[in-house]
Amino acid sequence: MAQHDTLNGAEILLKALVDQGVEVIFGYPGGAVLPIYDELFKQNRLKHILVRHEQAAVHAAEGYARSTGKVGCVLVTSGPGATNTITGLTDALMDSIPLVCITGQVPTSLIGNDAFQEADITGITRPCTKHNYLVKDVADLSRIVHEAFHVARSGRPGPVVVDLPKDVVQSKGEYVPPQRVKSKYKPPVKGDIKAIEKAVEMIAHAKRPIFYVGGGLINSGAAACQLLTQFVRMTGYPCTQTLMGLGAFPASDPLSLGMLGMHGTYEANLAMHGCDLMINIGARFDDRVTGRLNAFAPNSRKIHIDIDPSSVNKNVAVDLAVIGDAAHILEDMIKVWKAKQYRVDDKALKAWWAQIDQWRAVNCLHYENSNKIIKPQYAIQRLYELTKHRNPYICTEVGQHQMWAAQHFKFEQPNHWMTSGGLGTMGYGLPAAMGVQTAHPEALVVNIAGESSIQMNIQEMATLCQHKLPVKIFILNNQYMGMVRQWQELIHGGRYSESHMEHHPDFVKLADAYGAVGLRATKPGEVDDLIKEMIAVDRPVIADLRTDASENCFPMIMPGMAHNEMVLGPEDKGMEKPGSEEDGMVLV
Amino acid sequence: MTAMTKILEETNRHTISVLVDNEAGVLARVIGLFSGRGYNIESLTVAEVNRAENLSRITIVTTGTAMIVEQIKNQLRRLVPVHKVSDLTIEGPHVARELALVKVACTGDKRVESLRIADIFRARAIDSTNESFVFEVVGATEKVDAFIKLMEPLGLVDVSRTGVVAIARGPNPL
Repeated sequence: MAQHDTLNGAEILLKALVDQGVEVIFGYPGGAVLPIYDELFKQNRLKHILVRHEQAAVHAAEGYARSTGKVGCVLVTSGPGATNTITGLTDALMDSIPLVCITGQVPTSLIGNDAFQEADITGITRPCTKHNYLVKDVADLSRIVHEAFHVARSGRPGPVVVDLPKDVVQSKGEYVPPQRVKSKYKPPVKGDIKAIEKAVEMIAHAKRPIFYVGGGLINSGAAACQLLTQFVRMTGYPCTQTLMGLGAFPASDPLSLGMLGMHGTYEANLAMHGCDLMINIGARFDDRVTGRLNAFAPNSRKIHIDIDPSSVNKNVAVDLAVIGDAAHILEDMIKVWKAKQYRVDDKALKAWWAQIDQWRAVNCLHYENSNKIIKPQYAIQRLYELTKHRNPYICTEVGQHQMWAAQHFKFEQPNHWMTSGGLGTMGYGLPAAMGVQTAHPEALVVNIAGESSIQMNIQEMATLCQHKLPVKIFILNNQYMGMVRQWQELIHGGRYSESHMEHHPDFVKLADAYGAVGLRATKPGEVDDLIKEMIAVDRPVIADLRTDASENCFPMIMPGMAHNEMVLGPEDKGMEKPGSEEDGMVLV
Repeated sequence: MTAMTKILEETNRHTISVLVDNEAGVLARVIGLFSGRGYNIESLTVAEVNRAENLSRITIVTTGTAMIVEQIKNQLRRLVPVHKVSDLTIEGPHVARELALVKVACTGDKRVESLRIADIFRARAIDSTNESFVFEVVGATEKVDAFIKLMEPLGLVDVSRTGVVAIARGPNPL
């Protein structure tokens, strides 16, 4: 044994990370992880991005993971370093993003003693991680790190915390390579073929079908998205995407109905409401998607394809579930479709599309443009038109700008859209963009932001400048927490309680102070020039666009309402529905 | 309310067996799942059952609608150290037992009466002083409940119960 004991825990950790394919760590040093940082200093296989706040390290790893399909990696110290990761970990759990977060811990002899910078991080993170480990013996270290990566990326992906006491990192032990680690965690990959055959039969016989696809397809990979696109085109059925599923199916395809849900398109929501067969692939019937549950797609049968059995029958009872990885299941579905030579019901499908086209003709994303004041939708449309040739990666913060981005930016490919869907974390976008740019140094990475959200992690401007990450921050500055203001206007009688920030920094000067480039546009005529200049600069940019403060995000399903009760715009009669105010107030 | 929704909304008691790795924090994961998602726990027992393979068995008695109980089982299966989840209530016949230690402080006629009832329930007196007994009673939850109820007027002062342990009938393991 003695001849193997040549490495200390920190060396074992870094070796394991390299063997797991880690290229970059987002982190912040501190007392408990000093031995790890000492080993990092001595090597050049792993790149380290020094963030300014640990929450940002986790969001950066999320952006990295979401844009590459790999597992993101975070390294932080014990106590406050670790507790600062909680929002990021919860965000990753809600959106199924694979991460491994290494946290320092006080030496094992001090655990439980209220030592300096001690926190029970396995206890604190238990509900906000997919799994977590406290390593008490260096002999377990390599196995646990390998298993952590396996758990993070297998099945429904998610964040995993590995808590490393300082003495474990300093003791000597043996390194075990990943090939010698057998994990008992083996979630199913292949779907049950009987269920798949039944699903394909239901799909072939549908009269008013709709594909409803989500982030699970993006997690399954580019191949899954390709297979989906192939299958949807084989059937000629309409396909709507969730917020997390944007890019899983090409937005430009005429079969795409765009996003569904609270701020989804009219045609997507009405098609969901009126369908006779719903084919859910990798989505989870989130409350933002379903609206009022007892009025959700009332006359439909539902197929649910998901890798996580606990997503099935959670909010909505379905008629048929297929458990497994979307890519494998779609491959089998296409095979079955071809083998049985299924044909769709052309007559029924034609009538269904005629109906959908009527809904489409409403042109629900229309807004009244202005030549005096910048409309936020206009700014995003111009951003899309002027950058699409560069196939940009788009991140967002959370709020109105996020919904406008989802509505007006068109995604043709997966992995190009990074947003905080489940948790709705303001402050997600800037660090996520940092992670995306780290993974794709040559690509155009834009963070569409609001002036309120951006200030939640604005300190990361320094990280961008230090690591020469030319992220473009595109602020739709309306001086309000816009979505809060919108809900106060529509549901709380126009009482704008604390949603107006009377004081903001001068974002152009702020950019300058950090060593980035600041740009501003106040009139619609200046938008194009601003965007062109922004993407021409090879440095981080903060673009401050002064937009219409009173603009609301439509269409909208008011809280507690159903898909067929969408409000199209400020003039829509649906706005005056009695009762919607009080019912809506209880809901989030 | 239609007949179908009635069935869906009917709340039933289920006994669930869970085979887990015997490691630090595994019980906290299971309990945290129940509290975090608002599920009921009527009783929960846990002990190591296989030292060689380092496995513990948790028996949970919970109540919920069919949809909720299905959720509970699927959520339990998601936990990494959980190997097997079995709903004994719906997967065929099973036997369930609970043990209670029941302390009764009384003298005179009540003392005699408590011993008589203990005899009927096949409860054993495992501690005795001049003014008290501790009875050990084993059986289904309902039997233990009934015994405790009968002891109440006779001077019941303290109860300690194990919660339910259960196992499927027949030759097959979990």
